[in-house]
Amino acid sequence: MNSLTGAYVPGTSFLHRLPAGVKLAALALACTGLVLLRPPWALAVAGVAVAALYALARVGVAAAWAQVKPVRWFAVALFVMQLIFADLDSAIATTLRVVLAVALAGLVTLTTRAAAMMAALERCLSPVRFLGLDPFRLSLLLSLTVRSVPVVASLATRVREAQRARGVERSLRAFAVPLVVSSLRHADALGEAMSARGLDD
Amino acid sequence: MTIEFADVHVRLGQRDVLRGITAALPERRVGVVGANGSGKSTLARLINGLALPTSGSVTVLGLDTRKNAAKIRRGVGFLFTDPDAQIVMPTVAEDVAFSLRRKGLSREEVERRVTEVLSRYGLAGHADHPAHHLSGGQKQLLALCAIMVLEPDILVMDEPTTLLDLRHSREVAALLREMPQQVLVVTHDLPLLDDFDRVLVLDEGRVVADGTPQEAIGHYRKLMA
Repeated sequence: MNSLTGAYVPGTSFLHRLPAGVKLAALALACTGLVLLRPPWALAVAGVAVAALYALARVGVAAAWAQVKPVRWFAVALFVMQLIFADLDSAIATTLRVVLAVALAGLVTLTTRAAAMMAALERCLSPVRFLGLDPFRLSLLLSLTVRSVPVVASLATRVREAQRARGVERSLRAFAVPLVVSSLRHADALGEAMSARGLDD
Repeated sequence: MTIEFADVHVRLGQRDVLRGITAALPERRVGVVGANGSGKSTLARLINGLALPTSGSVTVLGLDTRKNAAKIRRGVGFLFTDPDAQIVMPTVAEDVAFSLRRKGLSREEVERRVTEVLSRYGLAGHADHPAHHLSGGQKQLLALCAIMVLEPDILVMDEPTTLLDLRHSREVAALLREMPQQVLVVTHDLPLLDDFDRVLVLDEGRVVADGTPQEAIGHYRKLMA
C-alpha cells in the first residue's frame, strides 16, 4: 500500500522534507528522462540512482519492494514480449524504464503525506477555476478514489467469506451483486459523513 | 431552545417514518430509543439537515434546517454508527486535519488542534498510523476526533456503541459525560443513557414516552415485552 492508500512511511529525510509539488514535478521530469535514455547501461545507472534515493529516504527494503512487487509479473511478460519481437537491449531497456518509473512514483508516495499531495494537486488544478470547477473537490475526488481501494478490497473479502459460508464460491453473480450493493451503500454513507463534516458548503 | 421539532412529519416513498413529532430539547444529555424502523435515525438526521421534514419544521441553534442546513452543520457534529464510512484520509492525524481544510487556519494552528484532540481521546500515539488499520473502537474514537476538532455546539450520535466492545462502549459513555456540548444519542445501548437528563421513546414514528431515563426506559421495556 502506498501513502494514499494508507502506508505513508513517516521520516525526516531530505525527500520527506521536500515539498510535494517539487517531488511531483521531479517525478514527471525523471519519467521523461527515463523515456529518453536509450542504452541499457544508462538505464542501469538510473537504477543505481533510484536505489540511492530509496537509501536516502530510509523507508526500508520491505516498503521499497512493496512498490515494485505488484508489477513484477507484468515486467516479466514485457521483457519476454520485447525479447520475442525486438532484441535483448530493447527488452532490458523497456523493462527497466517501467520498473524504475513505478519505483520512483512509489518513492514519492512513500515520502509524501496524502494531505500534502492533495494540497499540491489542488494548486496544480487551480486553473480549472476558470472553467467553474472547484480544485478542492477535484483533488478530494482523486483522494477518495484511491482511499476507496482498501475499502472495496475489504468489502470484497467480506462478500467472499459470506459466499464460502454459504457454499457458492464459484458464482460470479453471487460475488458481484453484493459487492456492488455494499460499495454503493458505502458511497452513500461516505457522502453523508462528508456533508455532516461541513464539506458540502 | 437549542433543538426544536414542530409537528414534524417525514414521509419516505409510501412510508410515514415520523408522524407529528413536537418537542423542544434544551437539555444537555438527550437519549432516543425505539425499535428498529421506529424513526430514531431519521429524527437524528433532521437535526443537521441530512434529512428534511416533509411538513413541519426543525429549528436548531435558532435556525430552520430547511433554509440553513450548511450553516447548521457547522455547529452540529454528527457521529454515524459505522466509523469506516467516515474516514476519508489515510492516516489518523490527516483525517482529523481534513475536517479543518476549509477553515482557513494556518498549518501550525491545524497541527495544534489535531494534536490536542487526539491527546484528549487517547489517539496521540496513533497519529501517523493508517486509519483503516485501527480497531473498531479506535476508529469510532477517530471519527469522534474528526467531529470534535470542529468544536461543535451540539453533537448528534447515531448508535455510537453498536459496533464496540464493552470496554470501548464504556469509554464512549465516559467521554459523553465529560463533553461540554449538548449531546443527543440514538441508541439501543440502554445503560449508556442511565445518567442522561431526558430520554424519548419512539414507536412507529411517534414519541410514545418522554421523561427521565428510568421512566422512559421502563416504558420502552414494556413496549418491547
